[in-house]
Amino acid sequence: METFVTIIAGILFAIGTYLLLESNLLRRIIGASLLTHASHLLLMSINGLKQGAAPLLSEEAAQYTDPVPQALILTSIVINFALTAFILVLGYRSYVESGTLDMKLKGYDHE
Amino acid sequence: MNNWIVLPIILPLLAGMVAVFFRQYPMAQRAVVLAGLLAAVAASLVLLDQVSNDGVQVLHVGGWQAPFGITLAADMMSALLVLTACIVGLACLLYAFGSIGKERERHYVYPIMMVLICGVNGSFLTGDLFNLFVFFEVMLISSYVLISMGGEKVQLRESIKYVLINMLSSTLFVMAIAYMYSIVGTLNMAHISERVAEAGQTGLMTTVSLLFLVVFGIKAALLLFIWLPDSYSNAPFAVSALFAALLTKVGIYSILRVFTLIFYHEPQVTHTLMIWMGALTMILGAMGAVSHWGIRKILAYNIIVSVGFVIFAVGISSEQALSGALYYLIHDMLAKALIFILGGTIISMAGTDRLLDIKGLIRYRPALGWLFLLGVLAVAGIPPLSGFVGKVMILQAGVEHGSYAVSVIGLLTSLLVLYSLMKVFIQSFWGETFIGEGEALSTGREALLPATILAILLIGLGLGAQWVLELIGNATDIMVQPALYIDAVLVAD
Repeated sequence: METFVTIIAGILFAIGTYLLLESNLLRRIIGASLLTHASHLLLMSINGLKQGAAPLLSEEAAQYTDPVPQALILTSIVINFALTAFILVLGYRSYVESGTLDMKLKGYDHE
Repeated sequence: MNNWIVLPIILPLLAGMVAVFFRQYPMAQRAVVLAGLLAAVAASLVLLDQVSNDGVQVLHVGGWQAPFGITLAADMMSALLVLTACIVGLACLLYAFGSIGKERERHYVYPIMMVLICGVNGSFLTGDLFNLFVFFEVMLISSYVLISMGGEKVQLRESIKYVLINMLSSTLFVMAIAYMYSIVGTLNMAHISERVAEAGQTGLMTTVSLLFLVVFGIKAALLLFIWLPDSYSNAPFAVSALFAALLTKVGIYSILRVFTLIFYHEPQVTHTLMIWMGALTMILGAMGAVSHWGIRKILAYNIIVSVGFVIFAVGISSEQALSGALYYLIHDMLAKALIFILGGTIISMAGTDRLLDIKGLIRYRPALGWLFLLGVLAVAGIPPLSGFVGKVMILQAGVEHGSYAVSVIGLLTSLLVLYSLMKVFIQSFWGETFIGEGEALSTGREALLPATILAILLIGLGLGAQWVLELIGNATDIMVQPALYIDAVLVAD
């Protein structure tokens, strides 16, 4: 199962990198967002998926799942959520001001 | 356990939160944030005193013992940097009072500056790797808002680049933490250091350390600085002074911390790489500073040169080089804030950024001219100002280490830095004045108080080097003997 999730993370990394290299602003934003999700999947899979009972003392199991990676991912997801919302607004403002989403256009890059 | 540690983090945040409620009353906002930041300066002075008397101070947040909970730890390096950050923040805030404008004041610029300072202090004080990431994000998100606030076309374009590149580096940071956690199974920096020392720094570990170097390198503008000049030179002056003084320095601090506490076992790979990255950064930064004729760009490239210089010292990593690096870091925070504040004032007085269109400002505002000259001399390292001591220490250590080529690069680039800043001074202050009393677009008075504070501190840092170096020696002891830090954090009290 870990291998499968790692491969999915790899595919997401590839797509994210490709989108980030596009000239369209919206695609870049989606690319950056996908990269973050890929890193979350990576964080989860290399630290092991469900390896035991939920980490509660009442479970009285021989082995518990490590809760730390989940906590890290949760924190990171929240941060990424806020960032994506912020940069989408920023991108929209930029679209309204400059009339284009293409970051390589001459008019866009003109001083 | 010492609850004082949390004060430099929480006081600016608290002041910022209270100031949000006074949106319509700029004077009340100013009073609140000023009081909050002054209290933070006082708290960090107390913290510095405690650290120098009783050694490393540790706070296990929520009572969870390390390595299970999140630890805040203040050693001498953190305490000194927090104090400097608070003072520099204060100077930038005082400058912002006079220069930021009503519109931005009504759009919460002061609260957001406070959150930024909270993030910076938090990054300096945390003893936990993931917590470092979180404080980095606190700092970065407020910097995104500050940099895009105002929403002119150019500014929006540059801030989007800035946000995207920082999102990417944050993603890499999460990945580096993921690898780290899967190898050592802990996030507490002291605990990581212990486990890495036990298991040996394998090839895998060194690879992870290089990933950290890339992540912090992007934040510190070490070689990967393409985003910096454009984005910094489109923000308001007070904001870019704050950024120049604090943001890249947090990246440098992280490199300093991580590579002296955790990854100090394979210096021939990581530290050699740092030396050469530093050398390239110095060369490219100096070329940028010399080739431009706009004040903002010249100043922005000057940040990059000093980043390269400090990282060169970290790469040598002898005791003297590390002392020099920390001393130069503190000097650079003060000096960069000073020249950015004065550079901003020049631009706002003359109404243009182009050097060729400015002349003779010294007749109009002599005090600002001399303060700028003082800042230039301090940055270039003329004795008895503070830059001199740091440069001598680093270059001496560089020659002892055998890095002759890079030491020469360091010397040459500091000459180029002197040239680029003298160009600004001569062009804008010498010659026949072209504005008289009442004709200038701004009086430049708003910069006098913060610039004077910073200038006095720069002179004090240079003349009182003996006393400051005693404190810094204390910090260097911990850098060369990580066991001191580890024992303080991990031993329960």
